[in-house]
Amino acid sequence: MTATTNPQAAAHGDGHAHGGGGGHYTTLGLDNRKVAIWTFIGSECMLFASLISTYLIYKGKSPEGPYPAEAWTNPATGETFPAILNIPVTSASTFVLLMSSLAMVLALSAVQNRNLPKHTTWDRILGSSKLWLWTTCLLGIGFLGFQAYEFTSFIHEGLTMRTNLFGSSFFTLTGFHGAHVTAGVIWLFTLLAIDYKRGLRPEDATTVDICALYWHFVDVVWIAIFTLVYLIK
Amino acid sequence: MAENVQASGQAHDDYHPGWPTYWKVALFLTVVTAIEVSAYYIPAWETSWIYVPSMLIMSGIKFVVVVAFYMHLKYEHKLFRALFTGPLIIASVTLIGLLFLFSKLAIKLGLLS
Repeated sequence: MTATTNPQAAAHGDGHAHGGGGGHYTTLGLDNRKVAIWTFIGSECMLFASLISTYLIYKGKSPEGPYPAEAWTNPATGETFPAILNIPVTSASTFVLLMSSLAMVLALSAVQNRNLPKHTTWDRILGSSKLWLWTTCLLGIGFLGFQAYEFTSFIHEGLTMRTNLFGSSFFTLTGFHGAHVTAGVIWLFTLLAIDYKRGLRPEDATTVDICALYWHFVDVVWIAIFTLVYLIK
Repeated sequence: MAENVQASGQAHDDYHPGWPTYWKVALFLTVVTAIEVSAYYIPAWETSWIYVPSMLIMSGIKFVVVVAFYMHLKYEHKLFRALFTGPLIIASVTLIGLLFLFSKLAIKLGLLS
């Protein structure tokens, strides 16, 4: 075994090492798990770009409504459908998701600085990984609640996946995003379980960081969706 | 070799900005989002030619800020930057290409019936 001065890793003669948090280090000195998550995020960029481009191509090509930003009257029945997108509700859900990213990054910071002395109440609040992980979870669930409300109201207003091209591409895009948020919330609950069982330590920072990267990616995808789908008519 | 490997790895893994930066970023994101939503409700802005470019620019700034500060890509190893920006560029070019192919311009040029 090769000697190493790194307290977090025990290096092997073949050029890689085990990190204290369970990770392996490559010859570049990078944690394999972080290489994996960044590669995964790169592939997710292409997935969401394909879904967004499908939506943008199809949204103006539906011969029948309802439409995203303009009212439509069915010529056969005379029934009028209002513009379907609800900007105030979506703005609120966007704010919730942005704040969840803040909570997530504060959770990571709390884990990294677990061993620092905490003199004030504010230090203790900032140093509580459980508080920030719970906050992130609840905000994520809040976002999903907004999405459930939005989907339900759309269905009541006559827009389903089968109604028109806009409905198909809209529900596919936002549904995929919602599924990613759901996966993120489940992941966050596993971190909370670890935190309650044995406490998240600074050696676990990479484990939390990987989850945080995924969560922030879900947030940046929503930043793009909010503008391209909701705000640009 | 192992010592160098670990030294370089640690240098990239350890530096993250502190919570004051995170709060400032959150405030910035909130303000930009508020401006975006306000623009949607200002008819003079919403109907002008500058509306779409301004929305795309504001959205792009928010995207970059989250990636740089919350995802720490600004402080990460260049391999991570390449792993993210490479596919992002491919995705963006694909998106723009598809939009062009299915646009009215493509129909005018006879590329699409």
